[in-house]
Amino acid sequence: MTEVEVQTLAEARVEVGIATPAARPDAPPKVLGRFAYSSDLEAAGMLWGHTVRSPHAHARIVSIDITRAVTMPGVHAVLTHDDVPGRKTYGLEFADQPVLAVDRVRYYGEAVAVVAAEHPEQARRAAEAIVVGYEPLEPVVDPERALEQAPVHPERPTMGHGYRDDPRSNVLRSMVITHGDPDAEGDVTVRGYYETASQDQAFLGPESGIAIPDGEGGIDIHVATQWLHVDRDQVAPCLGLAPEQVRIHLAGVGGAFGGREDLSMQIHAGLLALHADRPVKMVYNREESFTGHVHRHPSRVWAEHRASRDGRLVCVHMKILLDGGAYASSSAAVISNAVSFALGPYRVDNARIDGTVVYTNNPPCGAMRGFGAVQTCFAAEAQMDRLAAELGIDPIELRLLNAIEPGDTLPTGQVMTGSLPVAEVIRAAAAIPIPEAEPLPRDPIRLPGGAGNTTRGEGVHRGVGFAVGFKNICFSEGFDDYCSARVQLHADGMAVVHCAAAEVGQGLGGVILQVARAELGTDDVVLETSTTATVGSAGSTSASRMTWMAAGAVRDACRAALEARAAQGGGDVDVERVYRHLPTWALDPETGQVTGERAHVALATCAMRVIVEVDVDLGLTRVVWIGAAQDVGRALNPQSVTGQIEGGTAQGIGLALMEEIQVRDGRIANASFTDYLLPTALDMPPVESVLIEDPQPDAPYGVKGVGEPPTVVSTAAVVAAMRDATGKPLRRAPVRPDEIVGLT
Amino acid sequence: MKIELTVNGERREADVWGGESLLFALRDQLGLPGSKNACEQGECGSCSVLLDGELVCSCLVLAAQADGHEVVTVEGLGTPESLHRVQEAFVAAGAVQCGFCTPGLVMATVGLLEHTPSPTDDEIREALSGNLCRCTGYQKIFDAVRAAATP
Repeated sequence: MTEVEVQTLAEARVEVGIATPAARPDAPPKVLGRFAYSSDLEAAGMLWGHTVRSPHAHARIVSIDITRAVTMPGVHAVLTHDDVPGRKTYGLEFADQPVLAVDRVRYYGEAVAVVAAEHPEQARRAAEAIVVGYEPLEPVVDPERALEQAPVHPERPTMGHGYRDDPRSNVLRSMVITHGDPDAEGDVTVRGYYETASQDQAFLGPESGIAIPDGEGGIDIHVATQWLHVDRDQVAPCLGLAPEQVRIHLAGVGGAFGGREDLSMQIHAGLLALHADRPVKMVYNREESFTGHVHRHPSRVWAEHRASRDGRLVCVHMKILLDGGAYASSSAAVISNAVSFALGPYRVDNARIDGTVVYTNNPPCGAMRGFGAVQTCFAAEAQMDRLAAELGIDPIELRLLNAIEPGDTLPTGQVMTGSLPVAEVIRAAAAIPIPEAEPLPRDPIRLPGGAGNTTRGEGVHRGVGFAVGFKNICFSEGFDDYCSARVQLHADGMAVVHCAAAEVGQGLGGVILQVARAELGTDDVVLETSTTATVGSAGSTSASRMTWMAAGAVRDACRAALEARAAQGGGDVDVERVYRHLPTWALDPETGQVTGERAHVALATCAMRVIVEVDVDLGLTRVVWIGAAQDVGRALNPQSVTGQIEGGTAQGIGLALMEEIQVRDGRIANASFTDYLLPTALDMPPVESVLIEDPQPDAPYGVKGVGEPPTVVSTAAVVAAMRDATGKPLRRAPVRPDEIVGLT
Repeated sequence: MKIELTVNGERREADVWGGESLLFALRDQLGLPGSKNACEQGECGSCSVLLDGELVCSCLVLAAQADGHEVVTVEGLGTPESLHRVQEAFVAAGAVQCGFCTPGLVMATVGLLEHTPSPTDDEIREALSGNLCRCTGYQKIFDAVRAAATP
């Protein structure tokens, strides 16, 4: 097995036993096929739910006729917006999305009605029998034109929340960061325009779960999600229930990557179950899943980099436009990340960054691994390479010359403190030895395009690319970010840990056990299933925050439990503690400058060197090898950390080469794994990782999150290598074969 | 229609309708949800089982086609007390993250190693290329297959 290289820059605070990783408790049941995913659940008397979805991207609803559906065999409930007993809309940050469409649909696949029946096939057929009368409207599909077209949401649901008041039509949120003197001139200027496509999280476990009435008017919902308590707080008002009447329990999660931050079937299954007074299970199929969750925002970025002759960045202008689609989701935070990390991990004294995310009638966009930083890293790193070429400076040298370090100021005015080993990460990635080129001819499985490549490799060009990127760890901009944990110590020595944090596959269960065992000094620790029923909110498994936050909360609860037991002289103890990271402050809506000490609590950096081979005649690309270095704070479990780097890299390779949700007139044209391509075992190169340990001073055990930085960087790094191989500008990800062979 | 088949060494009966897949019958009729449904069109391999010793996507096989045949699912390999060596290798290598692809990849690995006990890296990649994993980037899965192979 591969040995992981760990370079430790500073001594971490030594914690007894904390360095010993715990075996993740979910692995054995997962390999045995005994792990209960949300799509595997059953309950006595269970019905199956099905959703009727809009075939139009934009239409007025003139009628909904359910008369035939309700009489069909096995059908127990057919519900429309009239049957929503509480609030008719919901949303992660703004309640702008109808539970079931009322008089208008704003995107292809929007939920209009739901059905419950004895058998899934009966439910599907009943759904087909519902007749919805639509009057199609012209969809708003171009994010630039959207600024002048009729508003998708005339009531402007996101305005008046402390954001900049932007009078342009369809603006969901716009931001400006003005830093130093944006008119400052350099000796050399490069300008570029870049695009990235919409990407699907494509978690393998489809949206699913089961809602079970409790017989007293309340409901238990077992579901795959990323944040149990925020689900509850959205579900309860729509069902007309008090929060404690809705209990959300974490079912097995088949991947998330941001796509389970928003609700999918939670309210719908709850409505059906309460109406039918029976448990209701819902499972989306793959096509429905493409419309059942938000996607990565497609982006357009205009950049201008000005530098001195000796390679110092003098001033950067960047304009960023994201297509938020039909509903707000987390778009307001995504655009904030996009502008905050737009320039990359470089010291830039003068900048003007404009960011806008708009409403359109395209599929809604929201969280996906990298969260706004992916799109701007792609643009910023391409600009750095062009600047290096223009100046005649080695691209890695140029990056080192401008690398930000503690004490430097971000464009938002935040003075960076703590761990920020950007130069070390760049040097470590650059130092990983590059494999030599493999001679031709060779087994076609190792040619670009694999066995489909019928040449002898005469058109194959090798290219080397490099990129670096960073993003925030934990929630930012004044958000009250906290995590609860509860520890019960029994007189017999056993400890039980409750934490509502979502294990989505990253190995959080192992981290929590590792912390609890080290703090309590016993291996006799049980981790309970995550639920809203027994413990407070853990916050979201997102923003690369959960290891940090859960480690903090579990550590504090364990220490408090030991103190309580000592104080009472033994016996049973039951304590709950809330952990908060250092406070953050909002950005000024007009200047983008931080209104307090910090907007972000920590940043994490990743750098990658990539080797590709591109068949310039066929337009086919093979990623040959990747060397990655990442700033991880402290690796509690090096095997899990490298697993995150390898998996995060794969998703970035997908966006570089093949992943794109094809949207035509607002409709998704490739909602299947036949047409939406994911990297396979044949597409993935070996990834060599170096972990840079520079403990974050204010984080528990010095940890940082690790999930997102590799995804932020790998798209930029792969396309950089492709530019090197082809000599073409390649301004858009994914790169299409047509661009390589010169057909566009 | 009534079908009779051998699943994980046991004779089982099921009452299926003509359009029902083997995957649906295994999961919802025979109480074996270990095989996963992630695409239902044979692209992801999460539903992989051995049918008379051959690796198939059970979503692409009709339940009726399995009548009289022998099926091995991930539940038929090991037990919590004694994991199959491929299962053991997946755990040890860190090849399991969300785990939704794992049953299919375990079955694909078992299928590969039965035909090719000491596969080359290229043979491993090719054999597993019909199984999508969204979490791991495949590196630790390759490690697991190498560890489970005959040296």
